[in-house]
Amino acid sequence: MNCCNEKPIIELYSGEKLCKSHFIEYFENKVLKTIRQFDLIDKKENLGVALSGGKDSLTVLYILNKLSKQNPKIKINAIAIDEGIQNYRDKTLEKAKDFCHKNNLELHIFSYKEEFGLKLDGMLKILNVKPCTICGIFRRYLLNKKSKDLKLTKLATGHNLDDECQSILMNQLKNNIQASARLGPKVGLVHDEKFVQRIKPLYLCTEKEVTTYAFVNGLLDEFNECPNVPQSFRAQVRDVLNDLENKFPGTKYSIVNSFLQTLPLLKQQFKDEVIKVCIKCSESSANDVCNACIYLEKLRKSIEVI
Amino acid sequence: MDKINVNVFIDRENKNTTLNLDNNSIVSDLLKKLSINPVTVIVARNNELILEDDKLKDNDKIKILSVISGG
Repeated sequence: MNCCNEKPIIELYSGEKLCKSHFIEYFENKVLKTIRQFDLIDKKENLGVALSGGKDSLTVLYILNKLSKQNPKIKINAIAIDEGIQNYRDKTLEKAKDFCHKNNLELHIFSYKEEFGLKLDGMLKILNVKPCTICGIFRRYLLNKKSKDLKLTKLATGHNLDDECQSILMNQLKNNIQASARLGPKVGLVHDEKFVQRIKPLYLCTEKEVTTYAFVNGLLDEFNECPNVPQSFRAQVRDVLNDLENKFPGTKYSIVNSFLQTLPLLKQQFKDEVIKVCIKCSESSANDVCNACIYLEKLRKSIEVI
Repeated sequence: MDKINVNVFIDRENKNTTLNLDNNSIVSDLLKKLSINPVTVIVARNNELILEDDKLKDNDKIKILSVISGG
């Protein structure tokens, strides 16, 4: 079923076909509805947007920037982390810088090299760990620490429906339900000042919808994949989910919608989780020493041995 | 005309290829031939997005753009 006489550019899983202008309206309404439904943004915010320069983070920044123009009490700051992944992050950061420059947005860039003394590529030569594991630990650590330094009230990320679906399934497959309790459009189990709350305005948008929106708004650049991604467990789960979605359209929505119904129960079950403070860096941690400090110590010892 | 030639650029592989397809082929036939899951891509012709049931024409220049997040 077509929305109007204009040529459609996307077919939704429901079978409805939308033209460019109706799709933009549909997508932006969906994001606004997500923000309202899950109470993601207050009337006054000093909002951070975690910007990688990829289509998801550029899309969330583009939409939140539009929103902030209608509401001057919402201030937008972009934060980017330079992990030091050659031929990947250098290219996406250029896109991020270009976008922020053109839209007069402040961009704060923090690098592994400056903060930890080594780029990710260098760390991986020393540590025998999966790239995405260590990269995620250091990225989350820096994003939280720098968000606090910048006095951000919340940090928006470009996570979409596909990302959430993958995380839900990965946690199931690894029997890590406590990690699922921290998922959802508003991340975290309890509100704690050690954490800058992360929000996901694209939570109900599929990856295909985000890419289509990025395409029609000129936000889509040449394809650029992190060289470490194909090795990841997430990539394998992603492929399984895409096969299922192709055979049974709406699978991803079903997974996330059923998860949202159980999420309050999960949060209730783990509500007494105590957020400790790392004895080394004073950042939040599940244990006495946080994972970032554990890996930094391993790196220091390995460098001493070399 | 029984067959049409379609020039295809696949961004994820950074690859250009020309395919010889049956006349009346549609986008989903092209994706099937390339073993690409339609959930994972959007398809453009002359910088305009087209759908799986759109008919392909001789000498079309098609871009297949991955929707997969890069990192």
